[in-house]
Amino acid sequence: MTELPNSTDRKMGLVIDLDTCVGCHACVISCKGWNTENYGAPLSDQNAYGADPSGTFLNRVHSYEVQPPEGHAQLVHFPKSCLHCEDAPCVTVCPTGASYKRVEDGIVLVNESNCIGCGLCAWSCPYGARELDLAEGVMKKCTLCVDRIYNENLPEVDRVPSCVRTCPAGARHFGDLGDPDSDVSKLVAERGGMDLMPEMGTKPVNKYLPPRPKDQIDDQIDILAPLLAPVAEEPKGFLGWLDKALDKLPGHSEGGSN
Amino acid sequence: MHPAPSVIIFTTLSGLGFGLLTFLGLGKPEVTGWVAFVFYAIAFGFAVGGLLASTFHLGRPERAWRAFSQWKTSWLSREGICAVAALVVMGLFAFGAVFLDTHWWALGWIGAALSLATVFTTSMIYTQLKTIPRWNMSLTPVMFLSFSLAGGSLLAGAEALAPWLLAIAGAVQLAYWAKGDQAFATSGTDMGTATGLGDRGTVRAFEPPHTGSNYLLREFVHVVGRKHAQKLRVIAFALGFALPLICLILPVEGLMLKHLLAGIAVLLHIAGVATSRWLFFAQAEHVVGLYYGKR
Repeated sequence: MTELPNSTDRKMGLVIDLDTCVGCHACVISCKGWNTENYGAPLSDQNAYGADPSGTFLNRVHSYEVQPPEGHAQLVHFPKSCLHCEDAPCVTVCPTGASYKRVEDGIVLVNESNCIGCGLCAWSCPYGARELDLAEGVMKKCTLCVDRIYNENLPEVDRVPSCVRTCPAGARHFGDLGDPDSDVSKLVAERGGMDLMPEMGTKPVNKYLPPRPKDQIDDQIDILAPLLAPVAEEPKGFLGWLDKALDKLPGHSEGGSN
Repeated sequence: MHPAPSVIIFTTLSGLGFGLLTFLGLGKPEVTGWVAFVFYAIAFGFAVGGLLASTFHLGRPERAWRAFSQWKTSWLSREGICAVAALVVMGLFAFGAVFLDTHWWALGWIGAALSLATVFTTSMIYTQLKTIPRWNMSLTPVMFLSFSLAGGSLLAGAEALAPWLLAIAGAVQLAYWAKGDQAFATSGTDMGTATGLGDRGTVRAFEPPHTGSNYLLREFVHVVGRKHAQKLRVIAFALGFALPLICLILPVEGLMLKHLLAGIAVLLHIAGVATSRWLFFAQAEHVVGLYYGKR
């Protein structure tokens, strides 16, 4: 049934560090690589080498520019995949029971052999985490690499989601967010981990760590600076004479008003 | 939202069909024999035709029967159950009216209630979605039900009721547009909350995840259909409500002319409601568009 469990034993999920992500898209590629040949139907591409290529991805990296009221703009790379929400609207809207949330670890999955491809779960997801595969006609989504994390055929180091294993910057962390003593929970507490679109009431399990504030150099921190020759603000000498002489000529001068 | 023809045909036709079934179940008009056969053929044609059209947008239509199982949580499942129940009950009622010249009124009333419940559950599929503020309003079910009753009364030839129901549906339509235009802004969701970066400054989409398009953009960010929205609204309102209303209240002599005008009113109304439904989808903005800096 597509009723959500009242609570799950564990809340497995990802913590994504927006401060550390360099926007290399390696997680996108490793996700597609692992998931196209493992759990469920392959992630198909349409017109892959044509003029208008597109395909199914479970993880996509956006980039945003944040312009504060004062100071320089900041570029933030923003990986986005299923947040395995506690109140997952994609599960309750499913008419067939194909969409479900696991009691044991909170992972939201699709039983692809029951999916009718109506698309309603994708409509209900605010995060764009679900994509209908055009070749297979069923809904695809992040499985948190459920076929890796418990897979005893893999070396222990590989028993994490493919995106986490691949990330060269260490921007992705995997663990139990229901356990306040887990590494990921501590990280979230320490860095002020946040929910995306909290107003949607989905209670995402995945958390995002906001970029750390940029260094602010308010005071003179370089003790040698006062001893250095100051950079000339006003032109002096010949340049000063030239500047004044040119100012006197009729016509408009661009640039500074010195 | 992508205005898929299958879903527009489905909501338009099945709304009309179940609207007519509601009136037939209540005995307006109280028909038997061949006349009843024609009425029920039209009603079932629209209702079933619409439902069949809706299966065309499925990725796996052969598994559609599974959609009846999750009535506890899913409005789509509830709609499927209501639709089948309404069709079965009204089918029995129609059998009595057409072949046995009798009306089993208990069945008729239950069938009418189930027909309205089908329209309501259809509307709730859209209304429940917080992700689409323009649909996530209490006016959405009001709109679906008022359209269905107006269209049903037109098809049923309920001369006294139809003008009033058309006027009400037209007013609901205007209110829906007025309120819907504010819905996204008042929902409180913007690029700031979507990325969680809003309290640091103005967030702008710098680079999309892929150079090409994708399922999300095709399904949820349909801007082409919005281009002529205002013109289409005038067309939808005129065809759907204003002109049919005029057709009905024109003081004309003669039964033939009256029937002709009623027929024209029905056709105009269907075209108008279909246009309104196109806008219902095309103008609906999904919050996922924010991640792409789009609406």
